[in-house]
Amino acid sequence: MSVRPATQREILIATIADLLSGVRTVAVGASSPIPAAGAMLLRARNEIRGRERVRIVVLGSREHNFFTNGAVELFDCAAQGRIDAFFLGGGQIDGQANINLVGTGDYPVSTVRWPGSFGSAFLYYVVPRVILFREEHSPRVFVDKVDFVSAPGTSEGIVRNGGPHALLTGMALFGFDKTRKRFDLRSAHRGVSAVDVKAATGFDYDAPASVPMTAEPDAETLALLRGRVTGELAECYPQFVGALEAERAA
Amino acid sequence: MGEIVSLDELAANVRDGMSLALPIDHSGVAMAATAAIIARRPRNLHIICMPTSGIQADMLIGEGLAATVETSAVTLGEAGAAPRFTEAARSGAFRLMEATCPATLAGLIAGQKGVPFMPIRGIIGSDLMKARPDWAVINNPFAPDDSIVVVPAICPDVSLFHAPEADRFGNVRIGRNTELATMAYASKATLVTVERIIETSLLADEQSAAGVLPALYVTAIAQVTQGAWPLGLWGEYEADTAEIARYARMAKSQDGFAAYMQGFVQRLKAVA
Repeated sequence: MSVRPATQREILIATIADLLSGVRTVAVGASSPIPAAGAMLLRARNEIRGRERVRIVVLGSREHNFFTNGAVELFDCAAQGRIDAFFLGGGQIDGQANINLVGTGDYPVSTVRWPGSFGSAFLYYVVPRVILFREEHSPRVFVDKVDFVSAPGTSEGIVRNGGPHALLTGMALFGFDKTRKRFDLRSAHRGVSAVDVKAATGFDYDAPASVPMTAEPDAETLALLRGRVTGELAECYPQFVGALEAERAA
Repeated sequence: MGEIVSLDELAANVRDGMSLALPIDHSGVAMAATAAIIARRPRNLHIICMPTSGIQADMLIGEGLAATVETSAVTLGEAGAAPRFTEAARSGAFRLMEATCPATLAGLIAGQKGVPFMPIRGIIGSDLMKARPDWAVINNPFAPDDSIVVVPAICPDVSLFHAPEADRFGNVRIGRNTELATMAYASKATLVTVERIIETSLLADEQSAAGVLPALYVTAIAQVTQGAWPLGLWGEYEADTAEIARYARMAKSQDGFAAYMQGFVQRLKAVA
């Protein structure tokens, strides 16, 4: 029996594992199954390949959270430089990697209101490798300028060791140049063209003449993802695992 | 100090105009006490979410009891947006003190220490600085060219949370949710509901004493079984996700919310 090719979500999970390569401690937000899966995949693969041990903290989880000092510990730990990677999203993300988790319109009265900034206005500054992740890739999400800056992509004249490392969407993977404050398109996922990405993105970015396809997971990675990692993930996100398995079978 | 009272007596401590600190969803949320407070209708509350909230803040906002809400986020998590918060925030129905989690926690720690403010990294360049005129940027007094944000101390009138157990001497087990202790240290009064009250002192041996908030900081305790429902309680029971989803659906409209709340408060009367 031949192995079924990776689904779109499996490609996202494997891409996150690659983006996390080299990290030792990664934190994941409460409702972030794809980032959590990427981190679990890296942990499993590193074990097999004899590479560095990866520690994962899933916020709000009892089983996948080794913190013992309450809500403040993640932030203190990040402030000490102990958290290597974290994930942030946003209702809007702009071309300078500013993120908006508050809402659209003229603050404080908004057209659309989102839950709020959470820890973004701190973690974006102190975690070295922040991966911006948003599955929906559309002009309403990727705007020229956000309506409210929950956290800025770059800063000058202040102590800042953290910031955007990459932007991963349902269509493509971008890198970010902190000096030029610009995204660059690194690859488009299977079935997506450079033209599709351009049409769905509301900000300007750099792109090579020929845009490569996002790397697909190798057989070993895919087997780990479909085996051990799916099991680990089910403890945290049972509903998500159900959807993932349905996609594989489709 | 650590007096054991009825749920209604406990709720009576929350009065008009007070600031009320509430914990994050997974630390132990006193939902039965929230119903008891709503039944007494204190007005113009200043809700402080430590550092975010969910259905609890959404109910207090929907009932029109909150004049001010200080929060980093209000969300029902997997069940989606918090409908009453979303609607009221969008239209500016209350004063919103928009925050970021570690800033609120830093303010509370300043309150715990009895100092007027606490410095915190980050935030500079965020629009939160515009939304929060009470936050300031100062120069690090010990190093040149180092701007840093300072946030004022937070000293809530009342903190409220739910925990698995207290002993009859008023000591409360809070486990590794140490922000509950920080809330209590910083607050003028702390109200706790618990699943059970035990006879043996939690301070009797070192093992059980770790993770205990001493009675010194506890104003009143009321025993309520399933006191966090429909939210879960660590080490005790899971959240009732179907019920939270039902709330999320009904609270989309003010009428649906009113109907839900009638059932919610009546259920409390049936248990009490």
